[in-house]
Amino acid sequence: MEFRENEAIYLQIAAFVGDNILIEKWIEKIPSVRELAGDLQVNPNTVMRAYEFLQVKEIIINKRGIGLFVAPDAKGKLKDYRKERFLGQELPEFFRNISMLDISIEEIQSRYVTFIQTNNQPEQP
Amino acid sequence: MIEIKNLTFGYSKNSLLFKNLNLTLEAGHIYGLLGKNGAGKSTLLKNIAGLVYPLAGHCTLNHYNAADRLPAFLQDLFFIPEELFMPALTAIQFMESTAHFYPNFDAAQFIQILKQFDVPQDRQLHKLSFGQQKKVMIGFGLATNTPLLIMDEPTNGLDIPSKIQFRKIIASALTEERCVIISTHQVRDLDSLIDTLVILHEKEIVLNNSLDNIAERLSFTTKSLANETDILYVEENAIGINTISLNSGQKFSRVDMEMLFNAIISGHQSIIDSLK
Repeated sequence: MEFRENEAIYLQIAAFVGDNILIEKWIEKIPSVRELAGDLQVNPNTVMRAYEFLQVKEIIINKRGIGLFVAPDAKGKLKDYRKERFLGQELPEFFRNISMLDISIEEIQSRYVTFIQTNNQPEQP
Repeated sequence: MIEIKNLTFGYSKNSLLFKNLNLTLEAGHIYGLLGKNGAGKSTLLKNIAGLVYPLAGHCTLNHYNAADRLPAFLQDLFFIPEELFMPALTAIQFMESTAHFYPNFDAAQFIQILKQFDVPQDRQLHKLSFGQQKKVMIGFGLATNTPLLIMDEPTNGLDIPSKIQFRKIIASALTEERCVIISTHQVRDLDSLIDTLVILHEKEIVLNNSLDNIAERLSFTTKSLANETDILYVEENAIGINTISLNSGQKFSRVDMEMLFNAIISGHQSIIDSLK
């Protein structure tokens, strides 16, 4: 896994775990700290920190003696968290860019409508 | 777990390598020991392992004095030196003759690591290439499951796939009871593996700080992104100017260990002060 420079590695690992839950690659059990640290070639303490972060957000739960599991309604909680993050961090960045480049909100809106239409078309057989 | 108190050491009394050096290391961490050539990294590791004796002060591991070299101390650590002298034995014969000095030795783990590293088990160790020998010793050291594992330049001589395997194996070998010390010049090899940085410079430990703490206090960015008044160190390269500055905006940037090392050994005391 290639890590980006501008975000703490534990948050990138938390996001990676979140992705795997959202795409349902991990449905019940989550890899142990050791396993994931080995797979990602990172310090186990960093994985531990990512898991603690996800536990506080109630996205994964620790069943003592058995391991870590996807929490009930993990997907809902993940979407809430990501939405909050998007609105708080990525959207202001986006606004900064479009205002710097003099792109009007109307242009954005018309492009957004086109985007939704192309992406919502039923798949061709 | 490891306590070094007022360590003074030199191979001759006239040229000391360490003077009143102090360092405390805890279990559950992977320490990266950095220092210039000749700073005494290997010698410090040998002091910790009881391979050389202090002129003054002491090194202890779980309250055992290293210089006493008691069996209870020796079975609690494994030291992989930079240069290896391998016997005319196969890896398996070596295990059979040496493993019983380590009560927690795990034979299955050793064999598994040899497979992961792609090392032949049936050839005599002294006939293997340097990289292959290194991998055998890394595997053996990990399989001893000693509370302390010391590796001096472990990635020297390892090919690219072996470096990846090395990172995977070390990452899954760290436990809360174990302390791993790695001395290296190849910081990029071990970037996301090390959690605490220890810098040895001019007879002293000038830094012993977790990367989390460093990333919280300092910002590693290009000059245009840094806040002018917060800049502590500037380094020019071909495409621009990189800086270390105080992290006043609480934004994350990845710790550039090479730049931090250069800043510290060139005497930028303000950086060390900002981490206290």
